[in-house]
Order: sequence, then structure tokens, then C-alpha cells
Amino acid sequence: MQTPAPVDYARARSVEDAIALLEQHGEESRLVAGGHSLIPMMRLRLARPEMLIDINDVDELKGIRVEGDELVVGAMVRHAEVLDSAVLAEHYAIFREAEKVIADPIVRNRGTVGGSMCQADPSEDLSAVGAALKGTVEIRGSGGSRTVPIRELHEGPYETKVGPAEILTEVRFPIRPGAGSAYEKVERRVGDWPVASVGAYVVVSGGVVADCGIGLTAVGATHFCAPDAEAFLVGKEPTEENLAAAAQLAAESCSPNSDQRGPADYKKHLANELTQRALRRAAQASQGA
Amino acid sequence: MQVTMTVNGVEHTREVEPRMLLVHFIRDELLLRGTHWGCDTSNCGTCVLWVDGEPVKSCTMLAAMADGREVRTVESLAQGAELDPVQKGFMECHGLQCGFCTPGMMMTGRWLLDQNPNPSEGEIREAISGQICRCTGYKNIVEAIQWAADNPATSEVTS
Amino acid sequence: MTTTEAVPTSEAGNPIGFGRMLRKEDARFLRGEGNYVDDVNLPGMLHSAILRSPYAHARIVSIDASAAEALEGVHAVITGATLEGLGLAWMPTLSYDTQAVLATDKVRFQGQEVAFVVADSRYIARDALELIEVEYEPLPPVMDAKKAMDPDAPVIRDDKEGQTNNFIYDWEAGSKDDTEAAFAAADVVVEQDMLYPRVHPAPMETCGSVAHMDSVTGKLTLWTTTQAPHAHRTVYALVAGLPEQKIQVISPDIGGGFGNKVPIYPGYVCSVVGSIVTGKPVKWMEDRSENLMSTGFARDYHMKASIAATREGKILAVKVDVLADHGAFNSVAQPTKYPAGFFHIFTGSYDYPAAHCSVRAVYTNKAPGGVAYACSFRITEAAYCIERIVDCLAAELEMDPAELRLKNLLRPEQFPYTTPTGWEYDSGEYEKTMRVAMEIAGYDELRREQAEKRAKGEYMGIGLSFFTEGVGAGPRKHMDILGLGMADGCDLRVHPTGKAQVRLSVQSQGQGHETTFAQIVAHELGIPPEDIEVIHGDTDNTPFGLGTYGSRSTPVSGAAAAMVARRVRDKARLIAAAALECAPDDLEWDLGRWFVKGDPERGRTIQEIAMDAHSALDLPDGVEGHLDAQVVYNPPNLTYPYGCYICVVDVDPGTGQVKVRRFVAVDDCGTRINPMIVEGQVHGGLAEGIGMALMQVIAFDEDGNNLGGSFMDYLLPTAIECPNWELGETVTPSPHHPIGAKGVGESATVGSPAAVVNAVVDAISPLGVRHADMPLTPANVWRAIQGRPVRTDMAVEQ
Repeated sequence: MQTPAPVDYARARSVEDAIALLEQHGEESRLVAGGHSLIPMMRLRLARPEMLIDINDVDELKGIRVEGDELVVGAMVRHAEVLDSAVLAEHYAIFREAEKVIADPIVRNRGTVGGSMCQADPSEDLSAVGAALKGTVEIRGSGGSRTVPIRELHEGPYETKVGPAEILTEVRFPIRPGAGSAYEKVERRVGDWPVASVGAYVVVSGGVVADCGIGLTAVGATHFCAPDAEAFLVGKEPTEENLAAAAQLAAESCSPNSDQRGPADYKKHLANELTQRALRRAAQASQGA
Repeated sequence: MQVTMTVNGVEHTREVEPRMLLVHFIRDELLLRGTHWGCDTSNCGTCVLWVDGEPVKSCTMLAAMADGREVRTVESLAQGAELDPVQKGFMECHGLQCGFCTPGMMMTGRWLLDQNPNPSEGEIREAISGQICRCTGYKNIVEAIQWAADNPATSEVTS
Repeated sequence: MTTTEAVPTSEAGNPIGFGRMLRKEDARFLRGEGNYVDDVNLPGMLHSAILRSPYAHARIVSIDASAAEALEGVHAVITGATLEGLGLAWMPTLSYDTQAVLATDKVRFQGQEVAFVVADSRYIARDALELIEVEYEPLPPVMDAKKAMDPDAPVIRDDKEGQTNNFIYDWEAGSKDDTEAAFAAADVVVEQDMLYPRVHPAPMETCGSVAHMDSVTGKLTLWTTTQAPHAHRTVYALVAGLPEQKIQVISPDIGGGFGNKVPIYPGYVCSVVGSIVTGKPVKWMEDRSENLMSTGFARDYHMKASIAATREGKILAVKVDVLADHGAFNSVAQPTKYPAGFFHIFTGSYDYPAAHCSVRAVYTNKAPGGVAYACSFRITEAAYCIERIVDCLAAELEMDPAELRLKNLLRPEQFPYTTPTGWEYDSGEYEKTMRVAMEIAGYDELRREQAEKRAKGEYMGIGLSFFTEGVGAGPRKHMDILGLGMADGCDLRVHPTGKAQVRLSVQSQGQGHETTFAQIVAHELGIPPEDIEVIHGDTDNTPFGLGTYGSRSTPVSGAAAAMVARRVRDKARLIAAAALECAPDDLEWDLGRWFVKGDPERGRTIQEIAMDAHSALDLPDGVEGHLDAQVVYNPPNLTYPYGCYICVVDVDPGTGQVKVRRFVAVDDCGTRINPMIVEGQVHGGLAEGIGMALMQVIAFDEDGNNLGGSFMDYLLPTAIECPNWELGETVTPSPHHPIGAKGVGESATVGSPAAVVNAVVDAISPLGVRHADMPLTPANVWRAIQGRPVRTDMAVEQ
């Protein structure tokens, strides 16, 4: 079995502590939360940090709560908690639907929201959820805290705006009364990364789409979203024809790669097909169907 | 570095490299060989044990991360001569063949039943969906866990 | 002998003979007290790691291991050059080819072994790998078997004298002339290319060994993941020149074999050399990527099948041309006379007079192998081929696939039946088995449901597979591996207190031998199975045999166990006669007891006879004391288990996703020694069918990269993809097997993929699809529906 290269280890007791340790040990230090992205990469020696800063005991980063008109999810919240959260389910079905198809139950006990967001895998399901819901993240460094929209967080595959001595502390999602949401994923087998996934929320008001958000992952959608498709749909009735047109726009904005999960033309087709399905169910949910 | 953890109720302290994986600590330092390893990518689940009461893939955790925590492995399921209902279920229902995935499956089964004493077939399949078996085709594993649900331990004290 | 006869039970509640019995071996596994190779821990034991080639094809310019050797904790770094000095850089394969142990001149597949590090811990050994500097000169690789015989293809095996291309062999079976004549006269001819892609058995436990060469006694003890300990021992003796009586191969608990643990791998040889060089025990355990990238893969058959029939659906002939991708070394394990294994059983379960197959095998820059993964020596490929082409014929004739099969299945009175390619099927009641399957499935109701769903634009498929396989290799006149005849021994000793030990030549990797073989002996001798200890896996303590693979344990070793128990029973009669002071012919047998005919009160139990045999009882001339016997069983023929499988799927055409809704499996393996274990074997094989049909493939790109080198890409089915298997049985004993048992270990792996593929094609046939290659991932299904199927084994622009 593969084994990691030598590494040092420290356990942070607080966010301040974690930031101080990051600053002290420099760019070759990494935070470890759930570890299910980092440790496999360390075992394959694709990642070789010199220092691991364990934040599993940092209570400040835990918990799911409502704060005003936002849902706040701490960075150390485990995937399993998101799946089981009654608070999140009350507002958006998309959380449970997405988490049900992320990894597997044992991995979900450990993997965290913050870890997944910061790993920034181009196939990350939570990135599609966050982009769909137009959420924001809080990033804290020694200089203070800043808010970054999820749709601006990613700089490229596996790269985010979180700096070397910074920590993503929480993710926030706007609460939208009357919104319906849904998540659609195609995978080759349970637990696999998506071939393509689409998440959406729709607010139908007065028979038309008042607001919507479309998030896509694994298909090369810029910032995991499809703003042109969203703009098209706002103000229109959620008819099959309009949903199909929106889905077409979403697919056109994607540039998927061919790989073992599928050829590019298939993934583009899925971007279209799954956007239609997600929008359809989200709109139905919004209309109370 | 020094690592201390309580494993199956007994505290152990060892001097190890920070990079040592928890599964190697359990197997090679503590000589508890019931927990296995089978892949490089956290997919197979033969390494599943409990950390602080939850099943975890121990190949994807450093021993250092389990410092100060409670670990439970397959060796803790039986109480002396008395097997846990999950173990009995695996025996009764032919839920194991080569035995390699079995400890992980049983640890997950035990945890599932502790959370949900009467799971449906779908819930059982979902609970073990992150663990691979090459021998049984899963049907008998599901039946074994169902058997344990139907035949829980009695509250009588057994010597 | 069937399982419907009443069987007495022992005091412990176990059947004294055949029937459902909980497994004796479970006790240790349930407690986490199994003893697998990685659990072996010897004083002073060192660890190791293998440096592997990143290139599929490259010349080795230089290797500098000095930095690795200097790393603290490293005891030795062994390279091909080191081994060359010992004459061990190359070793023979089980197919009379050679394979590099550590590369010397070139590397010939990505993942090939280049250097072996021995160190204090596996962590240090892995660190040392990074310090070995290898300079490679990359060469163009041959990744596509279809291009391996191109005139300008690079020659992979330039190490072999006289090898000027990538050709290994041509082989054929059947009658080309008769087949051509039948095709010429046929009303209907259907042709289909089909790929059985490269897959890998991937047992949960990877391969490994602990080698301990004791420099004082000269004894080599080798704990190793092997399905064939005695064969390995003999090969080590021949290859390494070590005296065979000083080699002990111990196969402890094995975490799954499936054919992956039949070959001798370079890692094992290196661990032996490592122990010789360091004077300490050396453990080698491969990781999962090494297992997937370098150990024995399975299948990789490009088949072109054709079937000829009358308009009414009577099959007249079948022919198949195969291109076989063997990887960089021909290391397949199968009886010597059959380089393509038993592929020529592709004629299947049907009655027609003419058939022909040709197989061309080529080298490619991939790992060696081909025969593995419960294939019954290529019968997986053959069964898939015939069951797919029969379905294609049904589609062409617009005939229900069940009806077409029923029209052509061999009839009971035709057995024993000799196929057009020379197999003698022993027994079968095929139609009966098929009707049981159709009954359990509710076949007619399923077709009605399908019609309703099609009208609504929903795509449901029903797939059948009827397979016959031949297992239990085999008669020594016809079957040997590397010159070792495939006959197996069995020793039985009954101790003075009437308890027994039976020593087997075969090796369980989960099949429950410690229970089933005790049941066989119990059946013959009337000793309760809990009083019979099964000993296996240690060459110092068990008789010679060729091991467990090809489902041969029950047909061969099971027969040996029955025969040796009968010898003991016959001897017991003589001893009982001496004790009772009567003639042996005066005695009758009633399970566990010889008694005087007409005077049943006068008798001796087998336990009493055992004590008599060891006592001072005066024995007649020619009768030796003790109650032991030994047998070497040379099977007269293979046995032919068979079955009918029915799979029901639902396909989402918008995404290509396939959901297996139901799977019905009716097996006939003759006598069922322990139905619980038989069912477990079937369940496991059915899961393999789901996996191979829907998700498993070891694919490559044109640069030579292995795209299936981890469980993230080589996907195995979980409890979610596997339905709740619905099993049935019929029992048609083998007439030539002492207890009528045929074996079942690989049946479900052989029969199931075709059922799943047939179901998926059936589902999407209204969309114009006649065939699609495995694995039927969502992408592949969708592309098939679009009329632009993808090539599943190669990542090429498509």
C-alpha cells in the first residue's frame, strides 16, 4: 500500500491558531480537515506538504445555522451532516439530493464542506451546489476576514482564491422563500465522481420564473455556473420549451473534456439533459407540485 | 512524535512518524490484524474501523489525527466467547467467504444497527455502498445485517 | 445423489454428508483472526517495494541505485543486472514463454518491474524508490492489438531469438470445411464483432509473499498468495535451482483469488532473492495499483462471430475468429495443449453439427496475462460469444430469444454429447433448467410489461444467457500445465479416537473447503464433519496437486476426497471383519458402521474400527494397521455445469444509465454438497457479471498509459448496483464423478455478462441498436443509441 512522504504534524486549537501555524510554516504547510482529498494524494506522493495542520478540533468551524436571511455552514461541517441536516433540507432539497450522491457514507463521515470547496476539483459536486445557489464563502487570514462569492472563488482546476496563510471558515447560502431546487448527477457507479452534474433552484412567482440559479460540474462550465441560461429564463414561464432553450444555452457554455467517464459530446449532451431535468423538478417544487 | 489513543477500551502510546497511517498503526504497532487494507484510493473499505464512534476508512487518516481519540476495531465486537449479533448474523447467513472485507462490513453493520435498529434492505445496501466485496455478491451480507437486526443481543449478562 | 435425500445430523446439528452447514472456517475470520500473508510477521523481517516503469515501451539506458542504497534503513537494492548474475533476470511462464523478473534491456509495459528495494519498513522502502535514477529511452508502444501485426509495428519481444514481429501463435479447432459448407447453405447468416475487454480479477487482498531462506538449514519457507502452492514449489525448484525438498510453500488464508493468484509474479521471486541476499525474512506486498497494472489480467479477446441458421431458427453452424491480446509476455495458465484455453467450447449449449474457430495471439505493450478471473480457461469469452450471437440471430429472425434457445438446446437423450469441437458433455437437462428460470422470472409477464412500457417510451430489457462450461481440468493424458499433469492427490487419516484429518492439494480462497471437504468425507465415512479437520495450503503437509482455479476443486479434489474416503471405508471393512471374526463379505455398510448382514446388532462403528486399527488386534495377511489411505485422482473427463440466467434492466435513454432490476439464476452443478455455499458462489459470480457488463475495463491510451490503475477508474460493483439475486436449481449429476458433483465456482461469472448485455441491447433495440460492447457505461450506452458506438478498450479520438 502506498505511503506518504515524511511530513510534520501540528494540531490547531482555534482558527487563529491555524492561521498562525500556516504563517509560521509557510507555503509547504497544508490544513487537513477530513483528509479524504489530501491524504490519498499524499499517499500517491502527488502532494508532499512539509507540515500538516489538523483543524478537526476547531469548534468555531463547525455547525449549521440560520443567520438572518442566510444559511451558514461551517467549513468543518461533514458531508454526512449536510446530508442529515433538517435545517438545510427545509430550505433547499438540493443539499440532500447532492450529498446522497457524493462519495460514500463512510467518506461522508469525514469529508468536509470547506475541504471540498478548497480542493476545487473540477468535478466537485458541492461547487455546483454552491454556484447554483449563488453562495459566498468567508476567508480569514491574519489581516481579517473577507467574503468571496462562490462564483468567483475558483481560479482554475484545484486552485482557489484562498491564500497560503488563509482559511475558509464558512459557506453562506441566501434563503429564498418559495424556491424549489434539485440536483441531477450521472455517475458510472455509486460513489464515483460525476460524469456530469447539474443543480438548480427556481423561484416561480406569478406563473413565471422570478429567479433561478444553475450550477454545473465536471463539464468545464466557467465558475461552475450558466449565467446566460439563467438570464434567458428569468421572466419566462417554465414551459418545456423554455427549459429546453435554457438547457441548450447552459450546454453551449460548457467545454467538457473527453476522458474515461465519457466523450466530450456525451458530456455536453448531459449538461443539456440534466439542466432540463434539474430545472423541471426545481420549478415543479417551487410551484408546490 | 508520540501518539496515544484508546483502542477497544485500552490506552496505547507509541512513538511513530507523523506520516504513519492509522491502519498501519493499528496493524503493525498494535498488532491488531483484523483491520485490513486493499487499495490506494479510499475506495475499498477493508480498512474500516470506528474513530470516536463513527466508521472511518483508516487508510485515509494519520495515526496522529487519531491521537487522543477512541478507536474501535473488529476485535472488540466479541465479548469473550460471545459473538456480537452482527458476527452471528454473518455466520448464520454465510455473509463471508474469503473474510477479507468482513471486518469492515461488520463494523459498518454494527454502527448502522446502533443508529437504526430496523433498517430496510435499501438502507443496509446504502450503508455498505462504500465498501467492496468480491466474493459474496452482497446479498448474504445484507441478510446477515438483517439477521442481527432481528436477533439483537439480549440484556442478560453473559459470563 | 441429490440433496433431497434425508441426511442424518450429528450431535452438533451438522449434516453427516451433504446439506446446509455453517462454515467451520468462519470462527477466525469473524474475530479478525484470519492469517493472511500481510499478517505474517517473523523476527527480523524486512520489507520491500518495487520500482516500476512509467513507460509502456522503452530501452533502459542506465540505472543508478546508489542514493537508494545509501538511505538509512535500506538493506539492498536489486536490479535486473543483479539477477542476471544469478541467472534469474528472466523466468519461464506457465505458457513456455519467458517473462522478465526485473527488466534488463527494455521495459515492455507500464508498471513493469525494474528494481527491488529491501528495507527496514515499507515506508523506507517506498522512500528509497524515489532515489533510484533510471534513464529511459522511450520507444513507440504497441497499444492496439489490431495494429500489433502491422508490418511497421515495433517488435516488442526482441529478446526472443528469431522473433521478428509480435506474433505468438495461431490456433484453430473444429472443421473449417464443414462450417463453410453449412454457411453456404444457410437461409440466414448473422455476423457480429464483439470485444470482451481487458478486465482484472482484483481480489480484495493484493498479491504478496514473505520469503525466509534459512541460511543454516538451506530451507526456503515462502508464505505467498497462491492458488497452487505445489505447482509454485516445483517451478521455484526448476527456475531457481533450489532443491525441491527444501522448499516449503505456505498459502495461508487468501483474501480472494479468482485466478489472480495462479501465476508466479516477479515480486515473489524478488522476495526470495532478497532473503538470500540479506539473510533475513523479506516481505513483499504489492499495492492496489501494482495489482491492477502488473498482475494477471483477464480476457482481452476481439471476436468476430458468425452464426448460420434456417429461416425457422434452427442453428446450422457457428464460427468465430479471435484476436487475443496477451500483453508483453505470454504468461497465461492453461493446459499446454490448449493455448487458447477452452475457448473452443464456444459452440455452447445447442445442437448443430458444424463449427470452427481460429485464434491469433499477439504481443502488446501491456501487462502479461489473459487467463484469470473465473474464466474457466477462456470459457467466459466463449460463453459470452455464443450467447451474444444467438441473441443477434434472434433479433435478425424477429424471434423471441427464449424461443430460439428452446428450439436449439441439446436434449437429455443426446448426452453424453460430443460437440463439433470435441468436448464430451457429461449430462444435462437443459430445457428443464431453462423453464425453471423462466418460471421464476415470470418471463411471459415480463415481455407483456416490456410491450406496455415500449408503448409509453420507456426502455426495459430482458436478457437471457444459457451457458455450458467444462471444469475440473483434467485428465492427465490431455491436460498438464508446464508439464505437470492435472491429477490431484488426497490423504486421509482416521486417528485412534475416530477423528479424521483430510489433506488436500487444492487451496481455498474463500470457497469454504474446510467445510465442504469435511462434508464429502462425512458423506462417505459417517464421521461427523465437525470431527474432520481439513488441511490445505502447506506443501510440506499436503499431497501434490495443481491447485484451485478453473473450478477444479470439487470435480478433481472433491472426487479424490470421496475416493480416498472409500479406500478407508474398504479398509475399515477388512479390519471390522477381523474384529468381528467374520468374512468381509458378511458385512454391510450403514453410514458410519459396518455390521453383519442379518445380524445388525453385531457391528463396529467407524470410530471403533479406528481404534481397532491402531490396537493390537491381529490382522489378516495383507492388511496393514492404522486407518489411512492415499489417492491420486486422475479425472476421466471434465464435468459440465450449466445454467440459465435471466436479467431485467431499465435504461434511461436520455443519460444511458442502466439499472439492473432483477437477476434470476438457475444453476445445475450436479450434486450440491452444501447448498448455502453453492448459492454464495453463484451470488459472487453474478456480481462479476454486473461489473464486467456495466463498468469494468482496463483501458489504455495510445501513449501506453494504463487508464485502469486504481479503484477510482477500475470500478467494481457495490451493494447498490447488485440486485437481490433470485436463485433456483436443478440437479443433474455428473455420471463419471464419484459423488456426481460438477463444481460451480465460476459458473456465474461465465454465464452472467451475456445476460446483462443481452438485456441492455434488448432494452434499446427499438432505438436501432443491435450490439454494444462492454462495459456498458452510461456514455457507451448513449453513444450506441446515437449510432456512434465508442471503442471501450482504447482512449482514442471518438
